Amino acid sequence: MAERSFKAEVEHLRQGAGSSFTGEGILAITKALLENGVGYVGGYQGAPISHLMDVLADAEDLLGELGVRYEANASEAAAAAMLAASVHYPIRGAVTFKGSVGVNVASDALANLASSGVTGGAIIIVGEDYGEGSSIMQERSYAFAMKSQFWLLDPRPNLPSIVKSVGDSFALSEASNTPVMLMVRIRSCHVTGTFECRENQRPPLTVREALSNPQRDFKRVVLPPMSYQHEHDKIENRWPAAEKFILEHGLNERFGPQDGKVGLICLGGMYNSVIRALQRLGLADVSGNTDVPLYVMNVAYPLVQSDLLDFCAGKDAVLMVEEGQPEFIEQQLGNMLFKAGSQTKLEGKGIFPKAGEYTGQVMMDGLDDFFRKYAAHLLPGQVRAPNTPQPEIPDLSQTVPIRPPGFCTGCPERPIFASMKLVEQELGKHQISADIGCHLFAALPPFEIGGQTMGYGLGPASNAAFDGGGEKRAISIIGDGGFWHNGLSTSIGNMVFNKSDSVAIIVDNYYSAATGGQDIPSSRATNASKSTNNPITKALEGAGVKWIRQIDRTYDVTRMRETIREALTTDYDGPKVIVASSECMLNRQRREKPQRNKAVKDGARVEIPRFGVDEDICTGDHACIRLSGCPSLSLKTLDDPLRDDPVAHIDQSCVGCGNCGEVADAAILCPSFYEARVVHNPSGFERWAAGLRSRVISWLQTRRAARRLTFNGTASGRIAP
Amino acid sequence: MTIEMPLAARPDGPGGQGVIKLAVLAVGGQGGGVLTNWIESLARSQDYSAQATSVAGVAQRTGATIYYIEMAPGSVPHPVFSLAPAPGDVDVMIAAEMMEAGRAIMRGFVTPDRTTLIASTHRALAVSEKMVPGDGIASAEEVRAAAGIAARKLVMADMDSAAVRAGSVISASLFGALAGSGALPFPKAAFEDAIRASGKGVEASLRAFAAGFDLAEQGERPEPAPAAETPAEAAGPGKALTAWNGLMARVAQFPAGVQEMAVPGLRKVVDFQDTAYGTEYLDRLQRVLDRDSADQGYELGREAAKHIANAMAYDDVIRVADLKTRSTRFGRIESEMGSQGKLMTLTDYLHPRAEEIAGLLPARLGARVETSPKWMARLDTLFSKGRRIRTDSLRGFAVLYLLGGLRGWRRRSLRHAQEQAHLDQWLAAALGYLPQSYGMAVEVIRCRRLIKGYSDTHARGHSKFDIVMQGATLVAGREDGPQWVARLREAALQDEKGEALDGALRTIRSFAA
Repeated sequence: MAERSFKAEVEHLRQGAGSSFTGEGILAITKALLENGVGYVGGYQGAPISHLMDVLADAEDLLGELGVRYEANASEAAAAAMLAASVHYPIRGAVTFKGSVGVNVASDALANLASSGVTGGAIIIVGEDYGEGSSIMQERSYAFAMKSQFWLLDPRPNLPSIVKSVGDSFALSEASNTPVMLMVRIRSCHVTGTFECRENQRPPLTVREALSNPQRDFKRVVLPPMSYQHEHDKIENRWPAAEKFILEHGLNERFGPQDGKVGLICLGGMYNSVIRALQRLGLADVSGNTDVPLYVMNVAYPLVQSDLLDFCAGKDAVLMVEEGQPEFIEQQLGNMLFKAGSQTKLEGKGIFPKAGEYTGQVMMDGLDDFFRKYAAHLLPGQVRAPNTPQPEIPDLSQTVPIRPPGFCTGCPERPIFASMKLVEQELGKHQISADIGCHLFAALPPFEIGGQTMGYGLGPASNAAFDGGGEKRAISIIGDGGFWHNGLSTSIGNMVFNKSDSVAIIVDNYYSAATGGQDIPSSRATNASKSTNNPITKALEGAGVKWIRQIDRTYDVTRMRETIREALTTDYDGPKVIVASSECMLNRQRREKPQRNKAVKDGARVEIPRFGVDEDICTGDHACIRLSGCPSLSLKTLDDPLRDDPVAHIDQSCVGCGNCGEVADAAILCPSFYEARVVHNPSGFERWAAGLRSRVISWLQTRRAARRLTFNGTASGRIAP
Repeated sequence: MTIEMPLAARPDGPGGQGVIKLAVLAVGGQGGGVLTNWIESLARSQDYSAQATSVAGVAQRTGATIYYIEMAPGSVPHPVFSLAPAPGDVDVMIAAEMMEAGRAIMRGFVTPDRTTLIASTHRALAVSEKMVPGDGIASAEEVRAAAGIAARKLVMADMDSAAVRAGSVISASLFGALAGSGALPFPKAAFEDAIRASGKGVEASLRAFAAGFDLAEQGERPEPAPAAETPAEAAGPGKALTAWNGLMARVAQFPAGVQEMAVPGLRKVVDFQDTAYGTEYLDRLQRVLDRDSADQGYELGREAAKHIANAMAYDDVIRVADLKTRSTRFGRIESEMGSQGKLMTLTDYLHPRAEEIAGLLPARLGARVETSPKWMARLDTLFSKGRRIRTDSLRGFAVLYLLGGLRGWRRRSLRHAQEQAHLDQWLAAALGYLPQSYGMAVEVIRCRRLIKGYSDTHARGHSKFDIVMQGATLVAGREDGPQWVARLREAALQDEKGEALDGALRTIRSFAA
């Protein structure tokens, strides 16, 4: 069950010709796939295209009706490999994953696919995770298109353009027998807008039908001598066919006047930012009508040389707007202009910064510089010499704290890392390698656990150099998502085969949680179309791990700590694997809350737990927070002149997971924590017994209070006059 | 220092007209996505074209997230909207938390020429603010001051409380504040219709919307003036009451500034033990006051009144058990959990160690036990265990009640002897700086703040206290000695391990050696 449900939105995917669709980019892409007769879809979740996988999963019924096969692939490599169906069969296929990391994982299959070439249109929808909000390293998927020679589309970020590009991609792929990568940027995936629908199309040949009539063309097998021919085929046939198609179908666009002394060349994905900068410089209107010639590359690769040289002809200078580095396009363009003996000056990096996202400010500053240098006459006077006084705003950079994402309230991973911190207090610091997933947040305060991340499912593998052991054992973390993605073979298999004397902790939260709670093989939920409930421990046993500890409640900090300590100190010198299992709290709450509310309403007995801190017992040392970081465990400044420091306080968002109480106990922090359980709909006997208890307790309390001084009024009181 | 302002835009240029740019800066889980959907559907319902974007994923997981919406009248053909806000180019900035407002200003999204800033003044503390052993909470006042300068129009109020009071979440009250700010050219009813159209939790959302609307139109009503401070009234057995009144009469002779601390201080120690203990408190305070000076505004006496009380009311097992069994505590928990009239169970998480048990023993015996590893190990196996005590059950309550009743025994206990010795040593050390350096005495008194927490944390506090006290002797003769002690103390409160303190101490050694 994914975090976000698209069940309602998916119904709009049935809309036919004549109606218009309003919604998010990812839904538009799905609709476009259906309108273009796609035969099979798949992929692997990851921001920013996680929701595209969720939409496809929620649309499974509709896909089935149309004869479209949907596969939730085990990894990006599996997804890319699935496109093999389009090599020999004239079936359109589409897979999706994130760039650039997903493309890295998929690159083996992509390279082979690109060598074979395709018969049916094959597209890879890549959510390019770059710039502000990105969660990965700074690379470009562009390099993969260049090295494997498949085509890369980067459409303008509005729904009609994105929808059109899906159809263009299929057609281009078929016209040039080459897979096409369709890139959507981080914000384009969730951009909203409206487009005109067409009818959904059944694939002319479904995958089921294809099985009845198997086909094979030896020319497409990646083996010598065919693989040598593929290289020639790419250059002599596929590439020219692609350029021809791009030109004939006008995939790249031009805006603004035909002639001008200067021109701008930008990728489709950058178009809106360029227009906004032009608007602010007074060189474009709200609808994007501009005074500057603008060449928009909706096809980022290959570049159509004749078209580009034509655009540059007669211009003093052109500015290439290309985000990220290396500046592949600028280099190609410079090569073209130089070899053509062009006099046109090419600007790009230099005017723009080499590194970093082209935010609104960077874009405007870059265009402003370019125009000042080559066409100052274009700029309105007010822009050339602004005379508005600049107000001085106080600098808040020392005041405002950073707020990186972290573990959610009640997250079951928090006690695992609290336990590790406690073990480290006893046994000293250890070499710890991390992996990809929510558990990577442990690298941030307050835990600061885990040094390197080499990739998804590679946590234990990245400790391989330390497999031989030493005075202290190396520890690695891996999530259940990473385990099934790649970890079972690459990390665990590697540990077993090399007799690794180290410790791996598998964080099993029942989902691929970081990407939005998609099901994986070890998920506990039942899923009609997927096989779940395959225990991780069984897979470990099968792979040859002998020392396995399964913990079914991560919140048991004392046990968690003991198990980690045991793994680090046992005499056993083979691989030691701890599986720490508790359900992702975000998903659990989403699942249980409605059920619980209904039960309360229906009169069933329900206990709802929440934790609290006794404010007069808490001394305000915040040791608990340094072992938690839970959003619901915060601070409160008391109205007591004797107290300097704020005390711990648990707010209403507490879900009663128990971590703070367990940690206070295991770490022997303080006696301030308590758990209160409100009992809804108690039985008559329970109510009677509780009443009796409370009468005795309150008699004792009154008795003691009567024998001592008790105080009213404010603590900060003055002496009564 | 100032941030560099972006290049001035052309508000009257061909590109400056028509598009309204609105950004929402929220913390994950605040419903920024819901607010964005409302604004977007509101715009569309008023025949505007609109576009919204966000970076999903991070929003769910407690990080700072930005949502961005642009809209233009339907009469504009095919407007081209940007997918991200640019500094100096935002018309309406909605910040769902005080520091997020600060972040918006810092990033240049709030500018005096155009931006209406709608900000909730409540705080959701960042981990970096919470984990500091001292007080690491960021200054909301600085953000408020900057907002006053940066925004063209400012709507600032606690939108979170307003929403919670209405039984809803902050997205609804912020939507109301947006309507009330008049920043969008749409009627109030259209906003309400957008909420109704979304169809989820409509009634509660509308109530919060109305609250937000009022806050934007009328501003935050000033808090009702705090009721004239009620004097610390005491009730209890006649003899104790007479003694109390006698103590209060003594306090009445103190300078006014000292009284402000001495009254709550007295109350704290009497509540901790009894009126005889109160007498000891005032005696100690008197000894300080005898050496205090009116020229210095009795700063020393005031600080001593505060910290002696804290030192005397130390956190032992008896105090914890006493506090845990009071009826006022039960009442406070019930109101916090909203469980009045409902059945509630109460589990306390306790983990006594051998040290706490030894501390309860008679001073001499306890001291012998504490120095005997064998006995301590024995106590450890007997008592040191995490205990979950059901304080709402008769058994659990009885255990704590009996422990809390050991107040009469307390003065004979090892822990008491230790605390008294430490207190006297500290006080003597502070007063030792008189009369040469009044400032040193004040600062050393204030160092008592370092001793807090239980078990290991308490031990760490003690060692930090000792380090600062030693550091104080190094700078005692210097004119800026007091500032250095204050600096050491602040450094000790900055991190758990005392790295900042070590650094500060190294600096001192470098010039004091």
